[in-house]
Amino acid sequence: MKYLDEYRDAEGAHKFAREIARITTRPWTIMEVCGGQTHAIVKFGIDQLLPREVTLIHGPGCPVCVTPVELIDQALELAARPEVIFCSFGDMLRVPGSKTDLLAVKASGGDVRIVYSPLDAVNTAVKNPGKEVVFFGVGFETTAPATAMAVYQAAHKGVKNFSLLSSHVLVPPALEALLNAPDRRVQGFLAAGHVCTIMGYEEYLPIAAKHRVPIVVTGFEPLDILQGILMCLQQLESGRAEVENQYTRAVRKEGNLPARQLIGEVFRVVPRQWRGLGEIPLSGLGLSESYQAFDAQRKFGVAQVRVPESAECLSGLVLQGKLNPRECPAFGSRCTPEHPLGATMVSSEGACAAYYRYRREPAEPAGIQTHH
Amino acid sequence: MLGQMCLAIPGKITSISGDDELFRMGKIDFGGIEKEASLAYVPEAKVGDYVIVHVGFAISRLDEEEANQVFEYLRQMEEA
Repeated sequence: MKYLDEYRDAEGAHKFAREIARITTRPWTIMEVCGGQTHAIVKFGIDQLLPREVTLIHGPGCPVCVTPVELIDQALELAARPEVIFCSFGDMLRVPGSKTDLLAVKASGGDVRIVYSPLDAVNTAVKNPGKEVVFFGVGFETTAPATAMAVYQAAHKGVKNFSLLSSHVLVPPALEALLNAPDRRVQGFLAAGHVCTIMGYEEYLPIAAKHRVPIVVTGFEPLDILQGILMCLQQLESGRAEVENQYTRAVRKEGNLPARQLIGEVFRVVPRQWRGLGEIPLSGLGLSESYQAFDAQRKFGVAQVRVPESAECLSGLVLQGKLNPRECPAFGSRCTPEHPLGATMVSSEGACAAYYRYRREPAEPAGIQTHH
Repeated sequence: MLGQMCLAIPGKITSISGDDELFRMGKIDFGGIEKEASLAYVPEAKVGDYVIVHVGFAISRLDEEEANQVFEYLRQMEEA
């Protein structure tokens, strides 16, 4: 397919790998922020093309994974109500709350529906005027415009039986949190290309300057990721710390202005608890003053209780890049995608799920170019 | 693949319906599979353009010239 296959070319990948090996003179640790990139790296074996000096660590860029247990518990409470149709992305259904998951609530009679787009949830509300439809809005800046449009259209069309449980999060505050950690390992970032299609990359300039860290906005195909790594290493080797854009075919400096405008209209920036990272100030999106009527937490008065995270699940360390999934004692034994201890094993973007799928055995990588 | 929430993939716009910018919808072809997506955030997009689609929304129009950047970079790398 156009705009996919050509970026999976094996010859180009090996050329990038040779150049990376040629310019690398000492050990460097680079974090790819986005879970979509983690999956591509593990699936195509990109890490195995790199010289030993270059370590990739996997970042917190999986919105399903960083959703805190208390929000999952609120979702479960709402989904179990007889008057509620609870709409969610499929990824969330197996994510464990403190006691159960959405799939179990559905099995015991809760009306839980998987939607592809937030707009599907608004349409469900229009078709079921006697029910309350709650949409579980999970995602980074990439997904926020879709959720914002759902709320905007609901307001525009007077759909009063629609509301939002928001777990939307923002990438730059999480990068700051990782960079401020005393045991910080990361020396350069591959920023998430699709987040930047929306937000642009101006907000990364002060982060790169303050922490002296190169940030390269990077796409998702093997050649994109290898070029992003090369650009990051060129900066590290020459002592530069700039924001560069590898993913120019999709990302403009200012981002997507109509999308940013609607995010600004519908949402406001709020503090948010992240699984594994704790509370990060100004790192989430909640509904703005004018759209409070669509806030499910307010509408149903779900309790804001703090729930401790499972002690057996080490996803907090995985999300901070401190632990490789295979180093977890529960990996592949007590924790599998069928019976996950934590969201990183569930989500299509979770690092543990990527390793379970592609690297359970000391596996052959899927192979660049041959696998679609 | 289309069901995974956070993936965003490229597809080609085959038709457009609706005039109001905020409610404009397009049919998008993903290598043989067709799906509808909102074009609210790509007001400049026309039939035949490639867009990146995420949870039912086109979020970026792909720039054909910039799409060659990776290969141009590879060529220059080899010459250097």
